Amino acid sequence: MALHVLESESLAALVNRSTGISAQKCYQCGKCSAGCPAAVGMDIAPNVVMRLLQVGTESADQKLLCSYSIWLCLACHTCDMRCPMEIDLPGIIDVLRSESLRRGAVNPRARDIVAFHKSFIDNVRLFGRMWEIGLIGEYKVRTRHFLQDILLAPSMLVKRKLSLWPGLHGRLVSRIFSRGPGRLEKTR
Amino acid sequence: MKMGLYPGCSLEGSAREYAESLRAIAPLLNLDLREVEGWNCCGASSAHIIDHAVSLALPARILAQAVKQEMDEVLVPCAACFNRLASAKHELAADPGVREEVSAMIGMNLDDNTEIRNILEVLDKVLTPDIIKSIPNTFPHKVACYYGCLLVRPPDVVRSDKPEDPVVMDGLMKKIGATTIDWGMKTECCGASLSIPRTDIVGILCGRILEDAFIRGAEAIVVACPMCHSNLDMRRSEVERTTGKKFSLPVIYITQAIGLAFGLSPDVLGIQRHFVRMGLEARNKVPQKPLAKEAGS
Repeated sequence: MALHVLESESLAALVNRSTGISAQKCYQCGKCSAGCPAAVGMDIAPNVVMRLLQVGTESADQKLLCSYSIWLCLACHTCDMRCPMEIDLPGIIDVLRSESLRRGAVNPRARDIVAFHKSFIDNVRLFGRMWEIGLIGEYKVRTRHFLQDILLAPSMLVKRKLSLWPGLHGRLVSRIFSRGPGRLEKTR
Repeated sequence: MKMGLYPGCSLEGSAREYAESLRAIAPLLNLDLREVEGWNCCGASSAHIIDHAVSLALPARILAQAVKQEMDEVLVPCAACFNRLASAKHELAADPGVREEVSAMIGMNLDDNTEIRNILEVLDKVLTPDIIKSIPNTFPHKVACYYGCLLVRPPDVVRSDKPEDPVVMDGLMKKIGATTIDWGMKTECCGASLSIPRTDIVGILCGRILEDAFIRGAEAIVVACPMCHSNLDMRRSEVERTTGKKFSLPVIYITQAIGLAFGLSPDVLGIQRHFVRMGLEARNKVPQKPLAKEAGS
């Protein structure tokens, strides 16, 4: 049976090159979507993510990269644990996310989620270890959600659950961040 | 038992009571913990989303530091850090090309000599029958053992033998006199890092977990993950908003429950730092004579 021919630059080919997973393995049983805790907020169900990868047309690929679902994945691994074909869907979604970022195709609804992850990474780059006040501060500046959790912070400070000052461990990780952006692919 | 310790960032911040309770019980369990010097953040929930190479290099550097300090085993109490370190180790071992590239990124050699241990594995090993006998109190409460995702999935990476129905924590809690409930949410996700950008989803997911534990009669939820703890403990107003129900069920770390059974005060264990108050106490074991004799001699 002839399945879709993969174009060299299709998303499925990119996923295959990055993770070694063939999207064609999925036979649409739907277990991933049934168990997904984040499916409540998704625009495309996890099994449909796999189906769009299989379809592989330009519009299907575009739909995937612009989807909100890829940003909602919690990487809880319920899907791949139950997948009869053992397809690492969170691994695939990580590739889709970084490709979506690279092409500037991020769904506008995902702005806050992306802002959170970027703030997190900036924080680690700067301080080497997570400084929670810095993370929340940068997130607020990026998203302008200045009032969010405004009541939580004082209680956290009283309970000494937030450090007032960052540790300065940035030099530990500077080397890791010194190289330019790029995806590390499995050598197969 | 000597062991390396990678505390991870949250144990110095929002989960400091987890660190406090672990450090308080470690000597009582004959656990000699030595912190990995010069450790960095593991990248946790964000690095793998933004940059795959960084998500491997951050944990790889921690592993390399541990090897440099000749640690055979490293305890990683935070479930998220444990998962990242185990995932990186798994991927580096599987692919020599990736290993070489990551090694160049961190400028350190990558040997495969250090074992990464999570808190449940370690407690299961050190809570020997002798130690159990010497514990002065019991923790006679009905609890829901909540594992979340990161300790049990993916099973081949974290070496969990029963990913859908893990029982290690249940066994540990029974050892200190607790009763554990059978429930349906022990490995459901709490919403993890969506806590800040999509608090509403965390409210829905944590609402389901709290409700199931409550309906089945749990007096507390026991956790071994700072992220699960903060979502279940601090996000109660969101839970209330999404479910329309109020839950007063406390959420405690497994190290705190064990600390209480050892007779340590709640303050030493950091229980006062939780948002939801806990009214559960340990109770004296009934025949306490041999211990009293030892103390007197």
